[in-house]
Amino acid sequence: MIQETHPLERFTRKGMIPHIWCAGCGNGVILSELLRALVELKIDLNKVAVVSGIGCIGRISGYVNLDGFHTTHGRAIAFAVGLKAARPDIKVIVVSGDGDLFAIGGNHFIHAARRNIDMTVICSNNFNYGMTGGQAGPTTMPDNRTTTTPYGNIEHPFNLVHLAAGSGAVYVARWTTAHVRRIRESIKTALTKKGFTFVEIISPCPEQYGRRNRMGEPIDQFNWLREKSVVQHFSDPVKAEVGPNKVVVGEFVDIEKPEYTESLRRQMMTVQGTLEKEGRLTSAPL
Amino acid sequence: MLARDVLTGTHFTQGDFACAEGAIAAGCRFFAGYPITPATEVAERMARRLPEVGGVYLQMEDEIGSVAAMIGASYGGVKSMTATSGPGFSLMQENIGLAAMTETPIVIVDVMRGGPSTGQPTKTGQQDVMQAKWGSHGDYEIIALAPSSVQETFDLTVRAFNLAEKYRVPVFVMLDEIVGHMRERLIIPSPDRIEIVNRKKPTVPPGQYNPFQPDEDLVPPMATFGEGYRFYATGLTHDETGHPQTDSAEEQSKLVRRLCDKIRVNRDSIVQVKKLLLEDADVCVVAYGSVARSAMAAVTRARQRGVKAGFLGLTTLWPFPDKEIEAIADKVDRIVVAEMNYGQIVREVERRFDYRRITFASKLGEDPQTPDEILNYIVRERK
Repeated sequence: MIQETHPLERFTRKGMIPHIWCAGCGNGVILSELLRALVELKIDLNKVAVVSGIGCIGRISGYVNLDGFHTTHGRAIAFAVGLKAARPDIKVIVVSGDGDLFAIGGNHFIHAARRNIDMTVICSNNFNYGMTGGQAGPTTMPDNRTTTTPYGNIEHPFNLVHLAAGSGAVYVARWTTAHVRRIRESIKTALTKKGFTFVEIISPCPEQYGRRNRMGEPIDQFNWLREKSVVQHFSDPVKAEVGPNKVVVGEFVDIEKPEYTESLRRQMMTVQGTLEKEGRLTSAPL
Repeated sequence: MLARDVLTGTHFTQGDFACAEGAIAAGCRFFAGYPITPATEVAERMARRLPEVGGVYLQMEDEIGSVAAMIGASYGGVKSMTATSGPGFSLMQENIGLAAMTETPIVIVDVMRGGPSTGQPTKTGQQDVMQAKWGSHGDYEIIALAPSSVQETFDLTVRAFNLAEKYRVPVFVMLDEIVGHMRERLIIPSPDRIEIVNRKKPTVPPGQYNPFQPDEDLVPPMATFGEGYRFYATGLTHDETGHPQTDSAEEQSKLVRRLCDKIRVNRDSIVQVKKLLLEDADVCVVAYGSVARSAMAAVTRARQRGVKAGFLGLTTLWPFPDKEIEAIADKVDRIVVAEMNYGQIVREVERRFDYRRITFASKLGEDPQTPDEILNYIVRERK
């Protein structure tokens, strides 16, 4: 019997597909692997919220048939922090791009990681601002051409796994869209782990980035990620380079430390218990 | 909410603390903020009080994140507040637009100080009142309230939450530094005497819910994340289902007009003013915030000198009490507008009253207008 519908169709929002992403873009892999991870984990889908910022991947919060919020540029994590702190029963997932999360939203990323608030941040890293036509961003590789680095990029890119590890994330992984099963497994690990977890997914942008840097057809860019990737689990994130000749992937951090919303609830219980014992309304009368 | 969460009784305290207690009495259980003079005491009070009443105090990395976090908490079904002053208010404008666009009930307290830029952090001002109306880009409407006493700060903070919930809109409590730091009597009523309004919830099952389909009052019922409605909200122009509509002129027009009209058509139930000795007045003083206190004293002193002065206090700044200005326009010869800026609310008065018969009593920096200073403006214009 021929199956007419995609097996993931019921997990996408009616009327929102087809998506806006170009042929050859890696974002579709991220969408489908996120959905597969959620389904395989048998998470209550009524208790999941997907939050995104602005950019191509930012549309993902509308494509999933879950509670979704499409914030202003860079503010997805800040929104997610408020939602999670107020509603710790909801599983909060942020999916956004490298420019959104690490340029305009960089401050929110490092502080959410520092707090170790329970959420999973998935970054689609395509090295440029694709939606606005391919400008340089915080992950653009050295010497590469974009519409705003017409003579080559003279800035140093962020190493996102190093930044995440240094900021305090308890789980940090990097894969590329050529590592479909690894992406799913890492997202599952991240979603299961309590605390701030980060999965970077290097995703080709043939239309804006690949074209200007003579990276060939979409299939060539896929092959670059497949052939030049080296799995180095738990190697030093400082040395986890991303370049034309080598892309270091794997899991880099998997540690335990107190999670923010749990600490918050514990402190609240202590405060209320003390008031109860002392028979007072407040510790600070007006 | 438990009765013991409300500190019922008579107190002697400052406006910033009254604001925090008003929020807690209104059911606020989430505060995200960033320290700034002269609003820090609101945050400090919330940091101490919220854990006692089962709420969350969250110190964010900046004011941009504070408003984003509040929107997140509000979509999680929790009443949310922040408090700031000029520089922080400027940073908040981006996500105030997002809150207006996604129809998120939030309350923002702006304890106004001297600007522009860092200005005079410890000195009072009323220089943010136009920013409250126009601060974010695009067309939208908000509600702004301006208390002039510690008691009114408590009462209007409760009302701010009720209005935010009723109209799904950001509401601003525009304190000025004097009201924020002034200490005077505060009576907190028992919880059963405090009116609480909660947002409308959808009455349809998840499959039939359109998150931005308004009722007759132009306000859509609001589901909460995590309830199974699985709905989507975006800062992009969207239709009633919440789906982005980035090309349709019709949808853009429909959405923007409704976001504004839900406040404009309901202005009569939102706008509040205070009146003193207006019935036979020849000259009316218009003021708000701490300046209203001096204005009322000035009017009383003018009457003692035989001058028929009256007072119109703007408790609601936005939507602007335009009808209330018009109502006195044919009765008084002159209007004195007293405010601590270089010309903001006076412009709104000019839209409703002959500008040649308006005296602008402006004061910047240091102390507020004294009753005698305002009295001078009242008397001077009679000559």
